[in-house]
Amino acid sequence: MRYLPLSDTDRSEMLARIGVKTVDDLFADVPKNLLLKEPVDLPRRKGEMDVERILSRMSAKNVPASSVPFFVGAGAYKHHVPATVDHLIQRSEFLTSYTPYQPEIAQGTLQYLFEFQTQVAALTGMEVANASMYDGSTGTGEAVLMAHRVTKRRKAVLSGGLHPHYAEVVRTLSDMASDSVVTMKPDVSGAEDILSQIDDSVSCVVVQSPDVFGNVRDLKPIAEKAHQHGALLIAVFTEVVSLGLVASPGSQGADIVVGEGQSIGNALNFGGPYVGLFATQSKFIRQMPGRLCGETVDADGNRGFVLTLSTREQHIRRDKATSNICTNSGLCALAFTIHMTLLGETGLKRLARVNHANAIKLADLLAGVKGVEVLNKTFFNEFTVRLSKPAAETVERLAEKGVLAGVPVSRLLPDAGLDDLLLVASTEVNTDDDRAALCAALKEVL
Amino acid sequence: MLNRQGRPSSAGQAGTTEHPTFTGNKALAQIEPLLFEIGRYDTTGIDIDEPEDFEPRLGGLERKEAIGLPGLSEPETMRHYVRLSQQNYGIDTGLFPLGSCTMKHNARLNERMARLPGFSDVHPLQPISTVQGALELMNELGRYLVTLTNMTAVALSPKAGAHGELCGMMAIKAAIEARGEAKTRNVVLVPDSAHGTNPATAALIGFVVKPVPAREDGWVHVEDVKERLGPDVAAIMLTNPNTCGLFEPQVAEIAKAIHEAGAYFYCDGANFNAIVGKARPGDLGVDAMHINLHKTFSTPHGGGGPGSGPVVLSERLAPYAPVPFVRVGKDGFELVEQASDAAEKPFGRMTAFHGQMGMYVRALSYMLSHGSDGMRQASEDAVLNANYIRAGLSDLMSLPFGNKPCMHEVLFDDAWLKDTGVTTLDVAKAMIDEGYHPMTMYFPLVVHGAMLIEPTESESKASLDLFVATLRDLAMAAKNGDKERFTGAPYHAPRRRLDETRAARNPVLKWTPPAPVAEAAE
Repeated sequence: MRYLPLSDTDRSEMLARIGVKTVDDLFADVPKNLLLKEPVDLPRRKGEMDVERILSRMSAKNVPASSVPFFVGAGAYKHHVPATVDHLIQRSEFLTSYTPYQPEIAQGTLQYLFEFQTQVAALTGMEVANASMYDGSTGTGEAVLMAHRVTKRRKAVLSGGLHPHYAEVVRTLSDMASDSVVTMKPDVSGAEDILSQIDDSVSCVVVQSPDVFGNVRDLKPIAEKAHQHGALLIAVFTEVVSLGLVASPGSQGADIVVGEGQSIGNALNFGGPYVGLFATQSKFIRQMPGRLCGETVDADGNRGFVLTLSTREQHIRRDKATSNICTNSGLCALAFTIHMTLLGETGLKRLARVNHANAIKLADLLAGVKGVEVLNKTFFNEFTVRLSKPAAETVERLAEKGVLAGVPVSRLLPDAGLDDLLLVASTEVNTDDDRAALCAALKEVL
Repeated sequence: MLNRQGRPSSAGQAGTTEHPTFTGNKALAQIEPLLFEIGRYDTTGIDIDEPEDFEPRLGGLERKEAIGLPGLSEPETMRHYVRLSQQNYGIDTGLFPLGSCTMKHNARLNERMARLPGFSDVHPLQPISTVQGALELMNELGRYLVTLTNMTAVALSPKAGAHGELCGMMAIKAAIEARGEAKTRNVVLVPDSAHGTNPATAALIGFVVKPVPAREDGWVHVEDVKERLGPDVAAIMLTNPNTCGLFEPQVAEIAKAIHEAGAYFYCDGANFNAIVGKARPGDLGVDAMHINLHKTFSTPHGGGGPGSGPVVLSERLAPYAPVPFVRVGKDGFELVEQASDAAEKPFGRMTAFHGQMGMYVRALSYMLSHGSDGMRQASEDAVLNANYIRAGLSDLMSLPFGNKPCMHEVLFDDAWLKDTGVTTLDVAKAMIDEGYHPMTMYFPLVVHGAMLIEPTESESKASLDLFVATLRDLAMAAKNGDKERFTGAPYHAPRRRLDETRAARNPVLKWTPPAPVAEAAE
């Protein structure tokens, strides 16, 4: 077996040195009747070529985003990731290292986490950011729990524009913890009356912008009302590129900002791994979940970095911890940081403008297609259209024509009576030809 | 032949004195400033054309302020992060015996497979007809996990080990609710030796944690469990093999007692890698167990994630598995994304999409490569390697539970350091100077000054021999009073010992621009 260095001779010598006859003597504590005599009923070992053949065959049954005109979004976005990013994250010293518990030989990881935290704080307009979460949805769940700790209240109000999967993650966690959640009805216009839900019993209001229907939401009045009642505003985003063009949640009064960072540096990966971004105000850091990297000095007085404030964490606090989280999304955070470094302020803002401009072009073209109505007044790179036929069927028929047109709202909200709505995303990867292909295909099927 | 110009080719006058350099660099050991100290706000390493003029549709919410993100050109970016990488220790650098973390070889075949466009470049919400191969892969991975554990079902979506624990405990909570006992059964038993995530997870969803004390033999005893069982107990969270590196010999009896009391058996599967292909948790009476794909099935740890923590479930808990999950339908694979579409009773949803697909591919690639025979061999070699280290060090270092066989990791305490003035931490830092990543230290908490060594199956005999010889040399040095070698260590790492107290007392969690230098007085 190519991954196992020991030879049979080694094994015999080692058993002799240990002082046992067979390797099963080392498994003596396993109940005799439960110790397997034979390998389990699965195929035997395979060489690289065979494994490649099997997995390539499975891979070939899927339609990759790059192979077709592609407009699917709703929480994960197809962007171009520079070759440099994928090369660097595969450096052995990054890829095969562990959580930096021994900081003297993990300064590489720690320094990029410090850079990551700085970038995320800047982007969100917040004072501090952590070293990343699993993804945006789980980060949102953690943000709600954090708000409950800060306010000592246990009721969250979720905007109807929050990604339905995110809302479901929050509800699952809250139900299990016996916390209460109010979820607003989905409102395609983004004009929901969330202010009326805020009173002195509310711990936090969770609002996504751009929301799941694409609307860019003004967070300031919500923050104001929340603060009047001692509640926190949790601002959520699923498309981090939008922050290059839209006013930061921090500048609009958010107390916690949480979102999905996949768009920068990370592939679609059929849903994961992604990278959750999490930022807040300094006064809340001791209630913050997740790992934090901080600056310090070594014995010679040289600057260095360490994981810090770990007294919040489970390995110290056990059942009193702020969260059960034990890992972050290190390598995805690295990919984010490298891509963001390549972009810089100039590149990110330009990328955001290209996305917005492409979406505008597409919206205007679609508005001219019979049977399509663009519903958004505001949007960044994704918007909602009403079709003259059910969106799910339409998407299937368009897929047969080699166009992946978007996400039917019914896939996310099957019982909301919104079967004719389709979410359409357009990023920098879309060309004029892609847009023309989508319009032409829609004309045929509607 | 290369020295035709008569240049001296000897090593010259090798000196022992320090030779400070102008840059502060030491040849390959380069000092790398922060991105924010070298980046420029007008620089970008990405060429993309500015769009034609457009009228924004942002409702007047355009960003007006600067962000504060410096950029670098591509060559500078490459150099910056390559230099950072060189300050890191990875499995590819050397032996990484971090107990309980399972730092085994990360095959690059798995990386290549995860990057196949049909896996990496597909969107979680594409039409199901366009992702049949991706669903097939998830289904196949699930089949492998269920077969290796002899369990009924698997929930793939949890994003990491602790997230898997949460998923398993949620399934238990849902099952108890379904029995109408939500109000009365709210206690979870957790042995003192457990990972901190166990009590944290149970507490997160409202369970009351009751410890089970550790015995002097390192095992959990069935009578200690029985004593605490009652109609208020929802579950036990037991790690097996446990964090002391021992298989729990009474696990089947404990499972039986737990079930008789109407409770569930959650097994922390962090150490499943010791028994893959040798014993099946389902046979041991386990109801739920998470599997760290990043430990047992070698998906890279990546400097702290991303992980992946699928949970296998017994027949009793299988109906409560969260959405989404893959189902085999008449026209191919289906993905059940809504609880209302399931015949079962999913308790909810753990994450936005379908979990860590990139890790599923890597883990399946590992499993296909090893096969059932190779996985069994890997477990045996991991256990053999750990015991070989135990045998090599048992006369110099102290074993808290006696010199008996261990599983994939061997646990020492610090009794052997008594009166040396050297601590476990010092030993760890001295190992760094010797070119090793330290073992897990001060965990499990039940042992004083714990040193938990897990070599994994990836180490050769020669590598283990050198490691044992090195630790023997360190042990002798400590016992012979060479304290400085330890207390000042590391001497040769990119950094000397770092001041963690200072970092926590005055947290500096991001770079801030230096205050402008005041105009010099006339």
